[in-house]
Amino acid sequence: MKVTMQGISKSFGPVRVLDGVDFSVAAGEIHALVGENGAGKSTLMKILSGAYSADSGSILIDGDAVTIRSTREAEALGIAIIHQELNMIPQLSVMDNLFLGREPNRFGVIERGRMRGESASWLSKVGAGQVDVNRTAETLSIGLQQLVEIAKALSLNTRVLIMDEPTASLTEREIGTLFGIMTDLKSRGVGIVYVSHRMEEIFKMCDKVSVLRDGHFVGEREVADTGFDEVVKMMVGRELKERFPKRETSLGPVRLKVYDLADEGNITGVHLEVHAGEVLGIAGLIGAGRSEILNTLFGVNRRTSGQVLLDGRLLSIKRPADAIAAGIGFVTEDRKSQGLVLGLSLRENVTLVHLGKYARGGIINRRAEDVAVKELMDELHIRARDAELEVKALSGGNQQKVVFAKWLAIPPKVLLLDEPTRGVDVGGKAEIYHTINCLAAAGTAIVMVSSELPEVLAMSDRILVMREGRQAAIFDAKAANQEQIMTAATQGLRAP
Amino acid sequence: MTAQQKTTLKKLGPLLALAAVCIGLAFMSPNFLTVSNSFDVMRQVSINALIAFGMTLSILLGGIDLSVGSILAVSSVLAAMTMKGGHGAGLAVGIAILAGAGMGSLNGVVIAKGRVAPFIATLGMMTLLRGVALVLSNGSPISSFSSNFFAMLGGGYVARLIPVPVVLMLAMFAVFWFVLTRTVFGRHVYATGGNAEAAKLSGVNTNRVQLLAYTVSGAMAALAGVILTSRLDSAQPTAGAGYELDAITAVVLGGTSLAGGRGWIFGTLVGALLIGVLNNGLNLMGVSAFYQQVVKGSVILLAVLLDRGRRT
Repeated sequence: MKVTMQGISKSFGPVRVLDGVDFSVAAGEIHALVGENGAGKSTLMKILSGAYSADSGSILIDGDAVTIRSTREAEALGIAIIHQELNMIPQLSVMDNLFLGREPNRFGVIERGRMRGESASWLSKVGAGQVDVNRTAETLSIGLQQLVEIAKALSLNTRVLIMDEPTASLTEREIGTLFGIMTDLKSRGVGIVYVSHRMEEIFKMCDKVSVLRDGHFVGEREVADTGFDEVVKMMVGRELKERFPKRETSLGPVRLKVYDLADEGNITGVHLEVHAGEVLGIAGLIGAGRSEILNTLFGVNRRTSGQVLLDGRLLSIKRPADAIAAGIGFVTEDRKSQGLVLGLSLRENVTLVHLGKYARGGIINRRAEDVAVKELMDELHIRARDAELEVKALSGGNQQKVVFAKWLAIPPKVLLLDEPTRGVDVGGKAEIYHTINCLAAAGTAIVMVSSELPEVLAMSDRILVMREGRQAAIFDAKAANQEQIMTAATQGLRAP
Repeated sequence: MTAQQKTTLKKLGPLLALAAVCIGLAFMSPNFLTVSNSFDVMRQVSINALIAFGMTLSILLGGIDLSVGSILAVSSVLAAMTMKGGHGAGLAVGIAILAGAGMGSLNGVVIAKGRVAPFIATLGMMTLLRGVALVLSNGSPISSFSSNFFAMLGGGYVARLIPVPVVLMLAMFAVFWFVLTRTVFGRHVYATGGNAEAAKLSGVNTNRVQLLAYTVSGAMAALAGVILTSRLDSAQPTAGAGYELDAITAVVLGGTSLAGGRGWIFGTLVGALLIGVLNNGLNLMGVSAFYQQVVKGSVILLAVLLDRGRRT
């Protein structure tokens, strides 16, 4: 089966988000769809999966024109989508989720036995046969939930499967499992559309790559015939000078010193020293205690032992406000739930941390606030029409810059970064790296947790590797490579 | 049209509705649009508006305050007992408002420190405090106060024209407007209501924000109780029952989201006026009390449905 989209256009109000886009995916191929945030990938895939309908253009299956007006119709044609935010009802069981909306029944009474048997057999096809189908979805890890979604897609007799950022919240091991299943599906003739920001994965897993930019189709390449530089150039429309801007490290005195840090059961015995102007990267698998170090330093999690010194002064941090008062900033992992108040304006978000600076006796001086926000927006190249816009309306990259702007004005002596470029497109990433370098150059001590090894290697001076809540190794970033880090992160761990 | 202009237009929806109802009533009843009737309506509205101002804070925080009616009753009874005990009206008013703030802060502590859902916490307080009002007053009204000052609070006029409760309502409106738009506390209310976790991680003391908001809500209910007691020249232990629902209605009609983080005090004022104008207009037109409820309920549903339509 081959699905072809021809000349697809779509507008939302006056904004044209897709303009004559062509895209096709054939049986047994993994086809990457890439582009910066806002390029139109999601809209295109929503049209293919029936959530939106195109204003013009056509969809052909094996040469025959079809109309897809709903998700149901797409599914009937063998096209299914797995969204980045998984579509499960947390309180329902695995099998209830698998058969949601098409429960096998007799006169409205669900045939649980049949449902149980069929669920188990579909799950075993995606290597998740060990999952108890009666467990509620919320008790499964994200990785397992995703496998359940894939099993569901298979049970719908899916021949084209769209996966939107499937690895965004998976651990390395889960990614390995997922890739195994993708290869298996491919060999069984399923066509996969793979939407991702992660270049390494695309070059590892995909056969073809199609690039969108600003709602236009830029081109399609065989992965074997192209390279990172060409794809990025197609995406951003210009030569990206360097993926990681160069940085010159000049180390100052020790800023942050941590002795024997432990929290309530996630991490123990963590020692760190970060100099002014230094970036300390923290690598490791998900669940190894990387984020927990940051959360404990910032007073989100309770510290059960250890000492934290800033510029030689002993800190007693019990809550985030204490950390902020000491000059510590924290760019959290999940900007939507922890970093931003989505319904407030850009201005209100930016000044939330340091509102007191622009206030006297509790009364805000709007002029001073506006000036400060304007400066921060310029400094970080935040592209928004005006500061009164709700942050909800900004792109992922601009939202992340707003989070940085929040902390820039403290100004931070120590900045904790948790996955600082997650969900940010290539151009936005480069700008965030530049900001990190500027902060370091200004003497900030930076601690950065990241799951993207190339990012950790390029951006850090030293790299701390965590394993099962303890520090496993520390490397000089110049001398380290990905293999060493992965070995340190996984050594001695039981096979999955 | 910019995004900002669009939001402003959206926000003015309740005001347009109020204007439409007023114009309609002016045509149907010649007595409606007179100066004296206008101030009459505003005086009737003032008690609900004052409670609703406080309610706006708890709803902006994503919570609710069901205990306002009972706080009103306890404060009224306390004020009356103080005066009956031979003390001045000034002291009585002071005690009532302090007591209201105290009861509100108790809500705040249970919600912020005890991590109890606001609905449940204030539901419990609503019943508990109704009992306290009955116990204190022994179940019977306390009436006839000799203070001219106290009588003026509910029945007096400024410049022989504007009722004192209306002046109080407008003054408190101005204070709330200023606090919510210009102060750090106001900003923290919106931030906490919009995303409590992000606010906390930004160093906002969300517990203190909640505590203060419920304290203010209690104090506002007490102020409304003082005015009511003055107007009736009597404190009733059963007073204020159901007032929480009128206040919530005013807040929601004004466009404040029950999910928290979004709304404004002007909307609440307009919402309260809309309810008052409807009541007054239907009375002037001689609509029976039974039908009045049907009309009011329909208006509420219609307003909220229109609001949803504009959003999507």
